[in-house]
Amino acid sequence: MDNKRTTTKIQELTYELKIKDVMTKNIETVGSKIPVSHLRDILYNKRISGVPIVNDNKLVGLISIEDFIKCLEQGEMDDLIEDKMTKNIKTLYADEPLVHAVMKFEKYGFGRFPVISRKDKKLIGIITKSDIIKGVLKKLETAYHDEEERRYRASHIFNDVMADEIFFKFQYYVEGKNFDRAGEAATGLKKTLYRLGLSPEIVRRAAISTYEAEINIVAFTKGGKIIAYLEPHQIRIVITDKGPGIPDVEKALQPGFSTAPGWVRELGFGAGMGLPNIKKFADKMTLRSTVEKGTRLVIIIKLSDYRNED
Amino acid sequence: MTLKEIKELLEAEVLTGKYDPETEIQIGCSSDLMSEVLAFGKPGSILLTSLSNIQVINTANVADIKAVCFVMGKIPDKNIINLAKKNDVVVFITQLTTFESCGRLYKNGLNSCGYFNLDK
Ligand SMILES: Nc1ncnc2c1ncn2[C@@H]1O[C@H](COP(=O)(O)OP(=O)(O)O)[C@@H](O)[C@H]1O
Ligand SMILES: [Mg+2]
Repeated sequence: MDNKRTTTKIQELTYELKIKDVMTKNIETVGSKIPVSHLRDILYNKRISGVPIVNDNKLVGLISIEDFIKCLEQGEMDDLIEDKMTKNIKTLYADEPLVHAVMKFEKYGFGRFPVISRKDKKLIGIITKSDIIKGVLKKLETAYHDEEERRYRASHIFNDVMADEIFFKFQYYVEGKNFDRAGEAATGLKKTLYRLGLSPEIVRRAAISTYEAEINIVAFTKGGKIIAYLEPHQIRIVITDKGPGIPDVEKALQPGFSTAPGWVRELGFGAGMGLPNIKKFADKMTLRSTVEKGTRLVIIIKLSDYRNED
Repeated sequence: MTLKEIKELLEAEVLTGKYDPETEIQIGCSSDLMSEVLAFGKPGSILLTSLSNIQVINTANVADIKAVCFVMGKIPDKNIINLAKKNDVVVFITQLTTFESCGRLYKNGLNSCGYFNLDK
């Protein structure tokens, strides 16, 4: 994974993960009516950096190891906790996304936030910056394993099948003028490629470009077929139809050019962006057409692992 | 922004069964032209549209768009709902206009897809 992709993945995870997924549960709490000196045991033996202060199940404050050291220096160990603790503390709800915690840490610069349940406002955990880092790393690791396993299936197929060269061929027939079935080929191909373990980004690009081509067959032709070849280094999608063909291919490729009739536009297409879109999402596209005979469009999507080679 | 927050902001109704209110949506887009959605829509986003046919769901499906909200009270027919269910696309409807819907989401912090361009 390159840097940019890792960063966005981490950002995604901070939206996906909830505070309750990474916080420390089963935390030590103390009441507010006892002397500060009682905290020594908890802070020292349990090696924690801050203790929530709770009276009758209600969170009333927080005392950190820094507060404790200050009391120690100034000989105030016999003072009551309630006079030394931080009151009006900022808290987080357990069901908030982790990114809210990240933003709060940035905003206030505190070392920890107590976590309360939204329903009864009871204290149920505490979250520190290191909890966030640990939680994200753990999730990143599982996500990575899942993705690895899915990808393994793809490479596995190519390894297990014995031949000098391996091609998988998936063929779809597309009816002309039948908008109820338009999209079946592209969505079918998408599912197939995903199940074979290709990366979601590659699958998405193949699906979008196939879909635009499929729409064109339905909108403009008497019908045709889509053949996708999965090869070791690329996906090659060959789309052919039975005519009427395109009189000026150059012009057809221009963004905005369209001969789409009203019924196509009513369905959300026909803005002259289909072929430009295919060009955008494919690594390579070639369009050849003979009037009356038909059109042949070839879309190449390189498999990312090989993208920088050759 | 979670699907639940979106639902509340848009005063929307959920039409597909499999709906996790806590699903996070980071980006929104809106158009009645599906080619535009394919060009600038982002994976994991929500699409707001006043177009109502099965190609909206196919578009969401191929572009990895998680949720679709039909605006202006456009009630999608059974085929649309069935296809959405089959492909795990969440479907909302709202009586609000397109502008009002987008405005509410944007004002409350949902990001847009940014600029449109046809480059790679
Ligand atoms: N397979 C095809 N057979 C005949 N004409 C086609 C075909 N594909 C595209 N065209 C022509 O090229 C034009 C541009 O196609 P496209 O970029 O997909 O835009 P749109 O479909 O929105 O019109 C179409 O309007 C049509 O005239
Ligand atoms: Mg088209």
